[in-house]
Amino acid sequence: MTSDVLRISHISKIYTMDGVEFTAVGDVSLSVKHGEYVAIMGPSGSGKSTLMHIIGCLDRPTAGRVEIVGQDISHASDHVLARIRNTSIGFVFQQFNLLRRTSAIANVELPLVYRGIGGGERRSIAEKILRQVGLGDKLNNFPSQLSGGQQQRVAIARALVTDPQILLADEPTGNLDSKSGTEILELFEGLHKNGRTIILVTHDADVARQARRIVRIADGKIVEDKKVGRP
Amino acid sequence: MILALRALRTNKIRSILTMLGIIIGVASVILLVSIGTGLQAYVTQQFASLGSNKVFILPGKVDLKRVGGRPTTPVSKFELGDVTDIMRGSVVIKDVTPVVTQAGTITYQGEITRADIFGVWENYFAMGNFSADVGSVITQNDVERTRKVVVLGSKPAKDLFGDAEPVGKTVTIGDIRYQVKGVLVSKGGGGALGGDIDERIVIPFTTALRQFNQSRPFMMLVEASDQDAVVEAASDIRRTLLRRLKIDDFTVLEQKELLSTITQFLSVITIALGGIAAISLLVGGIGIMNIMLVSVTERTREIGLRKAVGATGRDILLQFLIESVIVSLVGGIIGILLGGAGSLALRSFVQTEVTLWSVFLASGFSALIGIVFGVAPAIRAARLDPIEALRYE
Ligand SMILES: Nc1ncnc2c1ncn2[C@@H]1O[C@H](COP(=O)(O)OP(=O)(O)OP(=O)(O)O)[C@@H](O)[C@H]1O
Ligand SMILES: [Mg+2]
Repeated sequence: MTSDVLRISHISKIYTMDGVEFTAVGDVSLSVKHGEYVAIMGPSGSGKSTLMHIIGCLDRPTAGRVEIVGQDISHASDHVLARIRNTSIGFVFQQFNLLRRTSAIANVELPLVYRGIGGGERRSIAEKILRQVGLGDKLNNFPSQLSGGQQQRVAIARALVTDPQILLADEPTGNLDSKSGTEILELFEGLHKNGRTIILVTHDADVARQARRIVRIADGKIVEDKKVGRP
Repeated sequence: MILALRALRTNKIRSILTMLGIIIGVASVILLVSIGTGLQAYVTQQFASLGSNKVFILPGKVDLKRVGGRPTTPVSKFELGDVTDIMRGSVVIKDVTPVVTQAGTITYQGEITRADIFGVWENYFAMGNFSADVGSVITQNDVERTRKVVVLGSKPAKDLFGDAEPVGKTVTIGDIRYQVKGVLVSKGGGGALGGDIDERIVIPFTTALRQFNQSRPFMMLVEASDQDAVVEAASDIRRTLLRRLKIDDFTVLEQKELLSTITQFLSVITIALGGIAAISLLVGGIGIMNIMLVSVTERTREIGLRKAVGATGRDILLQFLIESVIVSLVGGIIGILLGGAGSLALRSFVQTEVTLWSVFLASGFSALIGIVFGVAPAIRAARLDPIEALRYE
């Protein structure tokens, strides 16, 4: 199973608040192969975002083992996690999380800054990606000068600019109207066709149907994991 | 670096206001220290113009350690014979002059001015390096014949005569009429010989005794053969005078001693001024810390996002540290320029001198403040957990 880009085994995340333990994710194991397009579904509060943050190396599990592209990161230092976030993972947030006072292209360049890539090269890579997501004419717009859908596409461009092995998206269409949402999903479909591994979280059954595999979780546990054919 | 600059540019007004604290602090350090060192240089210069081979013999006990506390004018017990005794009592003494001095008014055709009147021997001028700008100085003949002639310092000359020619005119001191013999070359003011030569008027010693109705020299001015002989000369003088007088009747002061006491006093003032200004620099530094802490809190989401796309704690730390160092350094440079300009502007009122050490101190200190007060906020930013930070509203 060398083609697994992601393998998590028996991970759990327990929050302790006022001495009371709360299990947000409990004993979840999951493997994702290179090029898969996975949708994670579940009711609100079921632990989807928590799981995604662990997969995205933004958070550490309380217990369990996480392997990203064959590297066990369970005991990796903050520094190593930062590097994996920078090189292997692209994360798309529900709230876009763009830097407000920074142009679209500078937002996309950001991950490359932390890779130590020079200004000129950074700009040309970022510009190319922005063209791919259909924003070739909005390079110097600030986020406030973009529609929600356009902002999310800038965020996707930012996630893709480092050419990561895994694209993670936590409810990428959650804050968008159905038209912009459809456009984003078309973008993902194209990425999937080009062989990108995608894991996305959604409430929406229509959105989940775009994926080739649906994982359902409830109360922090996987309750269903099935492959789906394209309609 | 570029990130830090960009963040500063997007917060222009705030950055400038933060800088203002540093600017004011640095500028006042430079300015106040420049006034202090200017003062020192001025005094030293005045003494140097007199030569450091002079020894003063003053009546009574003068305690140099108590600068400022002026003792009541002591009664002189010197006699004219002391002058020749002192001259004979040492091989390293080149010249001695007795001095009587009093403040007095001097008038010329309705113009009136106050000045220190000095009665001296003719050798006083050579000893003090004073020469006549116009006319001539007092001669041995003037002293021997008790002539009523006067040599004016540049200031009383100006006060009484304006641009008119003073030489040969008759002025009145007290109620006695004197003929103006000459005007001294200006030394540019200063505290030499317990007063400013430019503000003095000088008359023959013998005439002065009669003018002031006195019989004794008030003090004596001694010139040693050279600078290194001053100590020996002073001890010779003491020995000579003790034969006739008690230890408490006189004080032998070396010019060097006087100078070092005064400069020591002035350097304390300079340091005190610099210290006061440094406090405002400190306040500026705290201002930086405050603003940077606010900035870290305000930009929590930004920090979270930067971390999410791969920034390490070190990247974030450096970004914030560089930001605060840039603010304080730029503020420091502007402050140095302003302080320098200010001290130039003050030149017309007081002598100022911008010293290299105050510039280095101020710029080093401001960079240090940037680091010291930037570190705490920067560490706080670097430690933020990416998820927590992203969730922050
Ligand atoms: N920092 C935290 N401290 C305590 N509890 C937390 C924390 N973060 C998340 N939780 C809890 O963990 C559970 C799972 O949260 P999570 O955000 O993963 O849900 P979710 O499935 O993404 O929900 P939604 O669909 O509404 O986004 C929730 O009950 C939440 O209250
Ligand atoms: Mg969620």
